[in-house]
Amino acid sequence: MDGVGAFSLLLSGDPALFAIVRLSLFVTLSAVMLAAAFGLPFGAFVALTQFRGRGGVIVALNALMGLPPVVVGLLVFLALSRSGPLGFLGLLFTPGAMIIAQAILIAPIIAALTRQVIEDLWVEYCDEFTAMDVSPLGRVAALLWDGRFSLVTIFLAGFGRAAAEVGAVMIVGGNIDGFTRVMTTTIALETSKGNLPLAIGLGLVLIAIVVAVNTLAWSVRQWSERHAG
Amino acid sequence: MLDGGAIGRTAQPVMRLHGVGYRSGNTDILSDVELTIAAGVPTLLLGPNGSGKTTLLRLLMGLIGPSEGRVDVSAVDGVNTARRAFVFQKPVMLKRSTAANVSFALSAAGFPVDPLVVASLLQRVGLAALADRPARMLSGGEQQRLALARALARQPGILFLDEPTASLDPAQTKAVEDVVAAIAATGVIIVMATHDLGQARRLAGDVVFLVGGRVLEQTPATQFFDQPKTQAARRFLAGDLVI
Ligand SMILES: Nc1ncnc2c1ncn2[C@@H]1O[C@H](COP(=O)(O)OP(=O)(O)OP(=O)(O)O)[C@@H](O)[C@H]1O
Ligand SMILES: [Mg+2]
Repeated sequence: MDGVGAFSLLLSGDPALFAIVRLSLFVTLSAVMLAAAFGLPFGAFVALTQFRGRGGVIVALNALMGLPPVVVGLLVFLALSRSGPLGFLGLLFTPGAMIIAQAILIAPIIAALTRQVIEDLWVEYCDEFTAMDVSPLGRVAALLWDGRFSLVTIFLAGFGRAAAEVGAVMIVGGNIDGFTRVMTTTIALETSKGNLPLAIGLGLVLIAIVVAVNTLAWSVRQWSERHAG
Repeated sequence: MLDGGAIGRTAQPVMRLHGVGYRSGNTDILSDVELTIAAGVPTLLLGPNGSGKTTLLRLLMGLIGPSEGRVDVSAVDGVNTARRAFVFQKPVMLKRSTAANVSFALSAAGFPVDPLVVASLLQRVGLAALADRPARMLSGGEQQRLALARALARQPGILFLDEPTASLDPAQTKAVEDVVAAIAATGVIIVMATHDLGQARRLAGDVVFLVGGRVLEQTPATQFFDQPKTQAARRFLAGDLVI
């Protein structure tokens, strides 16, 4: 019966439900962009430069890929709370705080995987680039371009992780109805309240989004293998 | 002991190696290399597997520096010795189309990317029909020819080739040898590693015979094949293993 209720909710185009889905997508897409703005250049920088402590940075990035979302939520909460160092921004319990938390969660993933992709390509291309006299800027551009399909799948992986995450956004967003309530926090709340149709309906949407993202990632890989080698 | 090959003929020396050694960790990969690369005739590096041909080419190209000794480069009229190109033994294709690989080499060398130039370079190595194919999907031999096209795109003064015909069939080997001979005729200095003795005979340049990281002979090809001076060279030519 709950399943039927869920479908009728979805099919009736319940505005509250769609507002929640829209906010979820907005928060997660913004977080991916923010994380990529940091993770992509940082990953490429670590891949292409030698500096003291580089090994440590790589180990740290890899370790940070597994950051527990609730811990990230807690840290962002502490930083943004009224008495915290960034309290003056007034971001706590806003979508902005949720974007920051998700971005922190996935920035290490994007940075670590970008580092891996760019470095692997660089090892392959190094001699050719040196022999062809490619300028430093030209090298970075060529590596990013030739790694573009792998990079897109990295962004999609980050999107998937952020979209499915509940702990961090719950803590820093506060799950405020109509303002910071996203799919995952709504599912958690409505399930505990016993409102199963909404929880199941949102669960289905979430699964559909994750499946769609993975299908997209897979297609990108297939396409790139066929067309770019 | 070495007669200096091209030295003493009309050819002008371009690069000279004096007592060059190259060490990786505790291993001596090249030792006491005395060598002259001259304009006018191709220089052919011959030697068994692991004798140091690739390492010597990388050193001449400037990809690695010598652990000891000196590499001198002299100016030669009409040759831009600073503009060098390298066809690697295992060339790496950019993840782009065949044509885009050539365009990339052109622009890296500071030339405008002219589709007509790209097309004519591909024509020259027999890849015109595959211009739009992803380069990594080309066969091994096609990739080697694409690497040659990329090298030619640089309009090099010195062209280093590391066994450029190793995975080519006889017809393509001949085609690549013709391209190499043609650019040699335009004054480009060719330094090529090979262990194809027939090829060394056909290109008829100056042979540098390497064994175990040492140059055992540098002599004109005809002399190397007809009257090898060292026992090792005689055994190498006879097909016996020399290590
Ligand atoms: N970076 C390196 N570190 C250690 N040993 C190396 C390195 N590069 C090459 N060698 C060794 O040096 C020797 C010469 O290698 P090189 O690749 O120059 O030989 P080659 O004459 O080109 O052989 P082939 O005909 O098989 O291509 C080999 O024994 C190889 O294992
Ligand atoms: Mg070699």
